[in-house]
Amino acid sequence: MFVKQISVFLENKPGRLSEVTRVLSEKNIDISAISIADTTQFGILRMIVNKPEEAVAAIKEAGFPVSTTDVLAVEVADRPGGLNHALQVLRQADVSVEYLYSFIKRNEDKALILFRVEDPQKAVKALEAAGIKLYESNEIASL
Amino acid sequence: MYWNKTRECMSREELRFHQFQKLKDTIDRVYHNVESYRHKMQQRGIIPEDIKSLEDLKVLPFTTKQDLRDNYPTGLFASPLSEIIRIHASSGTTGKPTVVGYTRRDISNWAELVARCLVMGGGRRDSVVQVSYGYGLFTGGLGFHYGAEKLGAVVIPTSGGNTRRQVMLMKDLKTEILACTPSYALYIAETLEEMGIDRNELHLKTGIFGAEPWTENMRKEIQEKLGIKALDIYGLSEVIGPGVACECGEQKGLHIFEDYFIPEIIDPVTEEPLPPGEKGELVITTIDKEGLPVIRYRTRDITSINYEPCACGRTHARIEKLLGRTDDMLIIRGVNVFPSQIESVLMAAGETEPHYLLIVDRVDNLDSLEVWVEVSEKLFADEVRKLEDVRKKIASDIYTTLGINVNVRLVEPHTIERSEGKAKRVIDKRKM
Repeated sequence: MFVKQISVFLENKPGRLSEVTRVLSEKNIDISAISIADTTQFGILRMIVNKPEEAVAAIKEAGFPVSTTDVLAVEVADRPGGLNHALQVLRQADVSVEYLYSFIKRNEDKALILFRVEDPQKAVKALEAAGIKLYESNEIASL
Repeated sequence: MYWNKTRECMSREELRFHQFQKLKDTIDRVYHNVESYRHKMQQRGIIPEDIKSLEDLKVLPFTTKQDLRDNYPTGLFASPLSEIIRIHASSGTTGKPTVVGYTRRDISNWAELVARCLVMGGGRRDSVVQVSYGYGLFTGGLGFHYGAEKLGAVVIPTSGGNTRRQVMLMKDLKTEILACTPSYALYIAETLEEMGIDRNELHLKTGIFGAEPWTENMRKEIQEKLGIKALDIYGLSEVIGPGVACECGEQKGLHIFEDYFIPEIIDPVTEEPLPPGEKGELVITTIDKEGLPVIRYRTRDITSINYEPCACGRTHARIEKLLGRTDDMLIIRGVNVFPSQIESVLMAAGETEPHYLLIVDRVDNLDSLEVWVEVSEKLFADEVRKLEDVRKKIASDIYTTLGINVNVRLVEPHTIERSEGKAKRVIDKRKM
């Protein structure tokens, strides 16, 4: 029901992001979604990868603070109003969204959006009741 | 001009005689009234009668900030609280502040000292004196206030902050003497420019600046920008507050008021006395204080002493402008800051082994302090908001403890250089 997201603390200085991608490429880890939340001082890099445990160990080894978070991988129709549908469902259920970003790959005419919400259980219930598909980690890996 | 010519210009011989009488009284006072001093003297087998000359002062043990902390809050007071009429406090090295107490006579003596300083700066009964030192637990504001009142001057107690209003009052009330920290004086100068006020529209003649170290270059800049004579004043709350020593119009060293204080310069490591002219740690014994006399107090300030006669006619010795410290204390906007205080705040915030670095700078003539904190696994959160909360929490805890605003910067682990033994905790970029 949830997908494991890796979050990494990055200072705002040249070369930090590429250091993380270098470590991941050395371990032959595939990144399927990526986003950065930035502030004036630091950023938080968030990723979905094919081998989360291995990725965490490698990033930690490289000296970055890293943590994992459960996020929702929500399938939406890749056309106008697709994302809106999912967001309306969450709004009706009174679930607030902390952040969201999209998947790099698509599944036919579907887009995949990663959601971090305040109340995940409630969100899952509402989305499933509305017939919206949520992906599991293994489904993501096989895309 | 002198405030108290008899005292300020007495012959060295008279001065020494006066000092010895006062020293004996002080030693009697602490021996009989303060357990800690009596205990330390007894440990060394010294009784007050053993002090037979000024030179014998050297056999007495030193007093340090640690002694004040060990006897927190009022254990070193030599007067009962019924005699104490005022408390001031400065930040201690960890957690608890250093508390000092004054009797009515102490307050009056302190005002006498500050009045002398104001007269050194050309102050008269009809001078307008603006006190822009902070009022409150800090000795700067109230210390100057009482001195200026004793002089009979017109006192404007603006305290720090609200600089535009300060400048307006300065202009409208024709302030002649400004008392504040040197960095605030520069900030006022900049505010003048911003407000489009020419310095000639003001009536400023003198600035009496202290509570933080400042260089000759800074003096030059202040003097040029404000068109005044800038004098350096020295003091510390453990001894009395501002007014321990002050520059006369000659600007060649700060006269230390020897009828109230006996200065010594020692090698901070061997603790041996150093001859005049040699740089070392300033040690002060108060000889006319009731509430909190201190015997051989280690100021941790580095200077040298000069007994040569001064062209101004005052006979009291002069100490060189103070620039360094023997410990890691920082003075930021007049506030004493020890790295250990920041460390205890970080530890209280849940960091068991905090890796931090303090970056001190002077931006737009105001001291700034940036605290770098390494983000540990424990501190790290996936949400920006939570990390911002961590930053704000640390900054507000530091504000609560030290009373200064800092910018907290979260950095990656191992950003801060590790070294063998003592970690480098401070980078001071201010040009001293």
